[in-house]
Amino acid sequence: MRGANLAALVIFALLAATPWLAEFWGGSYLISLVMKAMILGIAALSLDLLIGHAGMVSFGHAAFVGIGAYTTGIMITEGAPDLSAILPVTIAIATAFALVTGAISLRTSGVYFIMITLAFGQMVFFTMSSLSDYGGDDGLTLWERADAFGTGLFDSDTGLFYTILATLIVVTLLLRRIVGSRFGRVLRAAKQNPTRVESMGYSVFAYRLTAYVIAGIIAALAGVLFANQSEFISPATAAWQRSGDLIIMVVLGGMGLRHGALFGALAIVLLEEGLSTLTHDWRLIFGPMLVLMVLYTKGGIAGLLEPRRDT
Amino acid sequence: MLSLVNLDKHFGALHVTDNVSLDLRPGECHALIGPNGAGKTTLIHQISGTLQPDSGQILFNGSDITALPPHRRAQAGLGRTFQITSILPEFTVLENVALAVQARRGSSFRFLRTVAKNRQINNRALECLALFTLTDRADRPASALSHGEKRLLELAIAIAGEPEALLLDEPMAGMGKEESATLTETLLTLKRDYPILLVEHDMDAVFALADRVSVLVYGQIVATGSPDEVRANPQARAAYLGDEAC
Amino acid sequence: MSTTLFLIQLLNGVQLGLLLFLISAGLTLVFGVMGFINLAHGVQYMIGAYLLVAFYSVTGHFMAAMLLAMLAALVIGLLLEVFIFRHLYDRDHLDQVLVTFGIIIFLNQLVKVIWGATPLTLDPPEFLSGSFQLVEGLMYPTYRVAIIVAGLAVALLLWLLVTRTKLGMLVRAGSTNAEMVSALGVNIHRLFMVVFGFGAMLAGFAGALAAPIFSAEPGMGDDLLIVAFVVIIIGGIGSIRGAFIAAILVGLVDTLGRSMVTDILKLFMDASAANQIGPALASMAIYVLMAAVLFFKPTGLFPARASR
Repeated sequence: MRGANLAALVIFALLAATPWLAEFWGGSYLISLVMKAMILGIAALSLDLLIGHAGMVSFGHAAFVGIGAYTTGIMITEGAPDLSAILPVTIAIATAFALVTGAISLRTSGVYFIMITLAFGQMVFFTMSSLSDYGGDDGLTLWERADAFGTGLFDSDTGLFYTILATLIVVTLLLRRIVGSRFGRVLRAAKQNPTRVESMGYSVFAYRLTAYVIAGIIAALAGVLFANQSEFISPATAAWQRSGDLIIMVVLGGMGLRHGALFGALAIVLLEEGLSTLTHDWRLIFGPMLVLMVLYTKGGIAGLLEPRRDT
Repeated sequence: MLSLVNLDKHFGALHVTDNVSLDLRPGECHALIGPNGAGKTTLIHQISGTLQPDSGQILFNGSDITALPPHRRAQAGLGRTFQITSILPEFTVLENVALAVQARRGSSFRFLRTVAKNRQINNRALECLALFTLTDRADRPASALSHGEKRLLELAIAIAGEPEALLLDEPMAGMGKEESATLTETLLTLKRDYPILLVEHDMDAVFALADRVSVLVYGQIVATGSPDEVRANPQARAAYLGDEAC
Repeated sequence: MSTTLFLIQLLNGVQLGLLLFLISAGLTLVFGVMGFINLAHGVQYMIGAYLLVAFYSVTGHFMAAMLLAMLAALVIGLLLEVFIFRHLYDRDHLDQVLVTFGIIIFLNQLVKVIWGATPLTLDPPEFLSGSFQLVEGLMYPTYRVAIIVAGLAVALLLWLLVTRTKLGMLVRAGSTNAEMVSALGVNIHRLFMVVFGFGAMLAGFAGALAAPIFSAEPGMGDDLLIVAFVVIIIGGIGSIRGAFIAAILVGLVDTLGRSMVTDILKLFMDASAANQIGPALASMAIYVLMAAVLFFKPTGLFPARASR
């Protein structure tokens, strides 16, 4: 078994054991920390489909997480708290937003793509800040979690925890299948040489836009989970700094490498947590660490485990 | 097969394509020659769809493709190679060709089944590689091929797309004398199956392959005819052949 | 809205635009000449503000503090270039984004550690305080007039520098074709350093100018950085002229948007709905502007480079 797969298996096993481990150490704090890390992992995995496999550096991915979180929060507040309603609405909104902004963004490339996705992210951020009925700038506390198809699964932390873990595993497998599929092959080829791919008869635009929609939907689902986990929604979820965090996770984990984004997300969350127990000013350490890691490592964490390129 | 009708293109004050008409008949190899700066590359871009002509029409198999984007032209059956080697460097040689095959084997908006083990696609890709003696390179990354092998891979990719006509943009570029001769042999066999519009500087290759030759100078076609006719045409000689072929 | 109020908002817009120009000028050159995305440009603006406050408390003299702040901003910019950024010019944009993001995280926290998290305020100097009668019945704070004058002066200076000097010619050539410039035997590393240091100094200057109006606080550069990126994208990367026009445009759209959108909306919807949507639309206006510009001109209004 290859290094990254083995490491991932160990990590999934550890994650699955967390609620049990928490009884001995860390308690509910550990559980909610790990839930947060897994949710970020889901969002980062979806961003890696764009950055790592399609070569589309989106700097506005947190907007989708925000869309998922706000849809959830608003629907719970407005008395439609069941996932059977929340999920379709979230997916519909994320798809519509991705189609429109993706189609415009894909007219540009390179740096301009980075910046226009950022601009769309900012639009979402300011829209959320203006929703004064739902907390405006300050955000909104949710008094209950969503109904999981009437099962009450989310009523307990454990139920929510395993839902998130299951989602993470499904998303991991799904994205791996997508990357290896016909569609994924076209996407990966277009990252290397779009002109050649066009001349083979593929509309690169259509494939990239589809990838943008898929990634957006997954990130929005992460947002749904996030709103339930934190029981709080706030525009900060969609701030550009959060989009930057997601990029950090993808790159430090290892762009386009198997499980890279997941490793990245877990590592960053644990690192932040570890450093902040050392000192209140942990950012003084984290910032330079980030600089040094980018300057002196290549291929991120997954690259260390598995030097060969994953295709 | 493929006809350009009164194509016209300006870049600012520069008239890069000046009322060009040209056609490629079924079964023939039509060579387009001309000195550097004659507008060959611009013309190729218009045929493949990366540039739009200001006026004029491009017909392919009887339908007007003037307004179609590059990928639609490829779908219509226009295969091409590039002047500067254009392959997918991170893919294996087999994958390069398999991607082209895949374009002809149903929709690629399929998300869940692993394509790497698709027998149908891989077998067809291997057949294409065999045509160009690349079979034993199949599992290498394309970036590891020699220059000559990359040029062959380009051809294999073009053929794998099951084209009805081929647009070859200086296939001999950057090749040695011997390599060019071998490639000319290969193209001679290809010619039996595909009409070819060939843009080339290597006159040996042009006269070995072409049934007809058109000479492009300052954006205008100054002569079209059999290789011998063009060789004898004073305008063409003055413009181009004078210093190279005779 | 009265004409006077409108005029004041217009001036505020121009003033914001000029501040944005000071930040964007360095950003667009660094971006255009070196192909380098410097997210840390915003913290250089913040540092300028803090430096002014710090030097003012030491010297007690506003102009001296301003001069020292600019010098210090220049030095900090050069240090960052020498020790970190110069190793990143050949890397891809992603690495640049990450490293400069790391620097933002560090410097924002450092400022908090040194000066605390509460905003620091500073009064404008004696001779620039008070108000100024522009026309009959229109008073405008003298300090804001001074910002407009200083901004225009720097813009003029930059224009002269870029169009009339050898250095400027190299910078322009560099933003069109960097390989060619280095092929001419110009020491490209030194050129980069000069451009970078100068850009950092301008951002610091902008921060120092802004300190008496907005006060100095941690993270104050973050949002402005994004706006500055909007400016250089609209203007076309690498173009000083584009940055100037886009900066004024963005300054006006943002300022006038905030004061007028809600009122305009009230014309065709009921007041409470307008109050809801107005502020959101106003904060979004510049992003909508950018998306619209990119939709019609995917490389900005005045692209310096044919394609990138």
